[in-house]
Amino acid sequence: MKEPKRITLELIKSHGLTREEYKRIKEILGREPNFTELGIFSVMWSEHCSYKSSKLVLKLFPITGESILIKAGEENAGVIDIGDGLAVVMKVESHNHPSAIEPEQGAATGIGGIVRDIFTMGARPVALLDSLRFGPLNNGRNHYLFSKVVEGIARYGNCLGIPTVAGEIYFDNTYEGNPVVNVMCVGIAYKEELIKGRASGIGNSILYVGSDTGRDGLGGASFASRELTEESERDRPAVQIGDPFKEKLLLEACLELLKTKVVIGMQDMGAAGLTSSISEMASRGDCGVQIDISLVPKREKGMIPYEVMLSESQERMVLIVKKGKEEIAKNVFKKWDLHAVNIGKVTNDGVFRVLDKGKIVAQIPVKALVDDAPVYIREKKKPRYLSQIKNFSVSQIFEPSNYNDILKRLLNSPTISSKQWVYRQYDHMVRTDTILLPGADSSLIRIKGTKKAIALTIDGNGGYAYLNPYEGGKIAVAEAARNVVCVGAKPLAITNCLNFGNPTKPEVSWQFKKCVEGMAEACRILRTPVTGGNVSFYNENPKGAIDPTPVVGMLGLLDDINHYCTPNFKKKGDIVILLGKLGREQELGGSEYIKLIHNLKIGESPRIDLKEEKAVQRTCIEIIEAGLINSAHDCSEGGLAVALAECCILSPECKIGALINFSPLIHHLLTMRADALLFNEAQSRIIISFPPDNFAKIKDFTEKNNVSFFQLGTVGGKGLVIERDEKKLIDISVDELEDYYYRSFSRSV
Amino acid sequence: MKFGVIVFPGSNCDYDCYWVVKRILRKKVDFIWHKERNLSGYDCLILPGGFSYGDYLRTGAIARFSPVMNAVEAYARNGGLIIGICNGFQVLLEAGLLPGAMVSNKSLQFICKFIYIRVENDATPYTNLFHKGQILKIPIAHNEGNYYADVKTIQALNKNNQIVFRYCDEKGTVSKASNPNGAKESIAAICNKEGNILGIMPHPERASERLLGSKDGRGIFESIIKWIESKEAN
Repeated sequence: MKEPKRITLELIKSHGLTREEYKRIKEILGREPNFTELGIFSVMWSEHCSYKSSKLVLKLFPITGESILIKAGEENAGVIDIGDGLAVVMKVESHNHPSAIEPEQGAATGIGGIVRDIFTMGARPVALLDSLRFGPLNNGRNHYLFSKVVEGIARYGNCLGIPTVAGEIYFDNTYEGNPVVNVMCVGIAYKEELIKGRASGIGNSILYVGSDTGRDGLGGASFASRELTEESERDRPAVQIGDPFKEKLLLEACLELLKTKVVIGMQDMGAAGLTSSISEMASRGDCGVQIDISLVPKREKGMIPYEVMLSESQERMVLIVKKGKEEIAKNVFKKWDLHAVNIGKVTNDGVFRVLDKGKIVAQIPVKALVDDAPVYIREKKKPRYLSQIKNFSVSQIFEPSNYNDILKRLLNSPTISSKQWVYRQYDHMVRTDTILLPGADSSLIRIKGTKKAIALTIDGNGGYAYLNPYEGGKIAVAEAARNVVCVGAKPLAITNCLNFGNPTKPEVSWQFKKCVEGMAEACRILRTPVTGGNVSFYNENPKGAIDPTPVVGMLGLLDDINHYCTPNFKKKGDIVILLGKLGREQELGGSEYIKLIHNLKIGESPRIDLKEEKAVQRTCIEIIEAGLINSAHDCSEGGLAVALAECCILSPECKIGALINFSPLIHHLLTMRADALLFNEAQSRIIISFPPDNFAKIKDFTEKNNVSFFQLGTVGGKGLVIERDEKKLIDISVDELEDYYYRSFSRSV
Repeated sequence: MKFGVIVFPGSNCDYDCYWVVKRILRKKVDFIWHKERNLSGYDCLILPGGFSYGDYLRTGAIARFSPVMNAVEAYARNGGLIIGICNGFQVLLEAGLLPGAMVSNKSLQFICKFIYIRVENDATPYTNLFHKGQILKIPIAHNEGNYYADVKTIQALNKNNQIVFRYCDEKGTVSKASNPNGAKESIAAICNKEGNILGIMPHPERASERLLGSKDGRGIFESIIKWIESKEAN
């Protein structure tokens, strides 16, 4: 690249900076920036790095709580105390745009980045999760994106030896051309070994370690901060190539190095590379930094300062090391065949100074660059579509005559059916802590040396958020919490990734705010503070913005590993009960049933009463703790019928049927149509099964917590039979259910 | 009695093996860095699973040239016990300590799941607590576990009783359907002629605790311990 002589309007615009922003830059510097400085400002003030459109809205999130050790925003990731001197570090991040262009590397480097965010805090990464969204699989391009993203995650995560323990995948037209690829990493650290991402101690050294710097990923942060277009293919060079082996060496070397106590701060070079990692560390540490880029190891010849500072080559990190102790650090890296070099030092003047062979090439006040990035209150407008979709009643859709067929089609649909084809490509057992294999409501990871386990899940439903961003936001949090509750764990905290369209569009901005309001409300009531996360805007394809897609990563804690619960029915004669309500006809809105069978995206999203939700969750935890039940399973996509079918077949070694009877006991409550009864997606519902002897005790718990429940039937037999008024609505053998649920997906891919 | 777990750059099941030996079986165990040249004092070496050197070039192909491998070869010649699990098996094949090679799974995908294996030879240091025909539930996790060798080698393996485990279904039937990766003759594990070196694709260290869904793999480690103890007793 050749350095342009003049900063033109065209150049400013191509860097995604507005006129006002450029004016502000001139004020900060007291002069015109040079090309390198323009580049530095452009990436630091990009949406991706500065959160300029979301910052004010994100303040709505509750971020404090008794178990929060490091709050959201203070460091690379939030930290949660889980007792025994241990802390959990977790974060989720999007890699949507890179994955749309180059799916395998886009997804792989997403894993690489999020893993570095965790181990740079001194935590050992113990689990990966992912939340994926694609257009329908019958389209070749979607199919390609999907299979390559899975391959990318598998190749990178498997090589690192971090189990991918859970995830979710939806397929919907809205993600055509703009897939959602959110990846989450969770680490465990000793509290006293946590390390911060900040520079401090005047004169301390800045060490660069990892891969050499190349021209790859140039301007990736800016690329992520604009819409995808037909020309986005040209941005392919903005996607980096991952080297998981190098990352594994970095991971082990860094964790080994922390034991030497010579490291003051550590940071991954992620989006905006050298620029953001060093300036953010300086900002957090209230100091200045000076580096000489002639010392930076480079992969290519003739790189100009602009390129070195903006490169997003993968598997690189910076460390602040105590002055005089550099050799100790270098030797640890050498053991792992890694080359660490001293590229600069911490200063006291609050300036981010970049030299090239001693000559100044950029000089910017740290605080102005990092903390004074522009913040916008975007114009908001309620989207017009919302008033058009509301008018829906169940009488508008035909009532099916054969419910067996409907249930089979739902079990067969890519969104609902088992994702075995996917998770078998991920090593989900390495580290020998995976108690629950993928496919359960939540993963469960034991913590060696303690009696504890952590439950992890990642969840979100863009369809609900499209129909009602506020309720959709609440549901995303509540359902994630319910998932960890179903295995017996207590929800502790969340991390999140918010995938939305272009925030300068008032409708998108409105959706965003409403969704965050809903999530914040749920976090407050369920007492699961937000520990951090990521906002991904500009998720648009030529047809418009994607459905608002909030994704929630939930951490739950199980105090005693011997008391966990699984979703599948276990014993003939066990009673099946639904904790929560049967739902209403209106709650077919946003359901998989009306989407798949009637091809409609219409109605109200399910409503959620968070107090009721909390009571249901408390009851579930209490009865699991008391050892009263044999299974617990969340009722989600596909409603009651799908959840019951799953209860019959989720364990390959323990398939068993159930007889469900809606008459005569609760007949008077059931005026609703059969399809609504079977497939509505009302919230706050958990299906449990237990020996008849425990009935009275369980009833006591539900009464104490004021939770309604319905006796649905009993476990047993060779099939799932659902009767209503002595008429069989559903009668399908377990083997057939299994065939539709497990084998259809691999057939369609 | 002391075990050694060899750590190559990129090994990632090293700690899992260490955990089983130390915390489940309560025996002494060290990590051995791949640059180590002295292996005296160990009764059994474990080459763990993972992606040594990122599996670049070919699985196990670079690790085979690690400094420790000369010592491993000498250790093997002296009749020392060596168990290579997954990537460790691949390294042993590349080093020529076991015959044959691994190619990509027939699905061309990484496969992680519980499968079943059948004991074919119960007279090795690794299987003496099992009986022939016994079925173990144990996980696999690999991309290149499709064992290949030419006809002559396979014949020799059969003749010398070197096939230690075969993939099977839960009833013990060996068939195409129960072969997860396309391995010749459903081979899941082989030993050398002398029987002191075992290469196994499934992960016994992942099936050594009830909490993890199976403890069938523990018997392999316990067999090793029994073998060493009986040798010590003589």
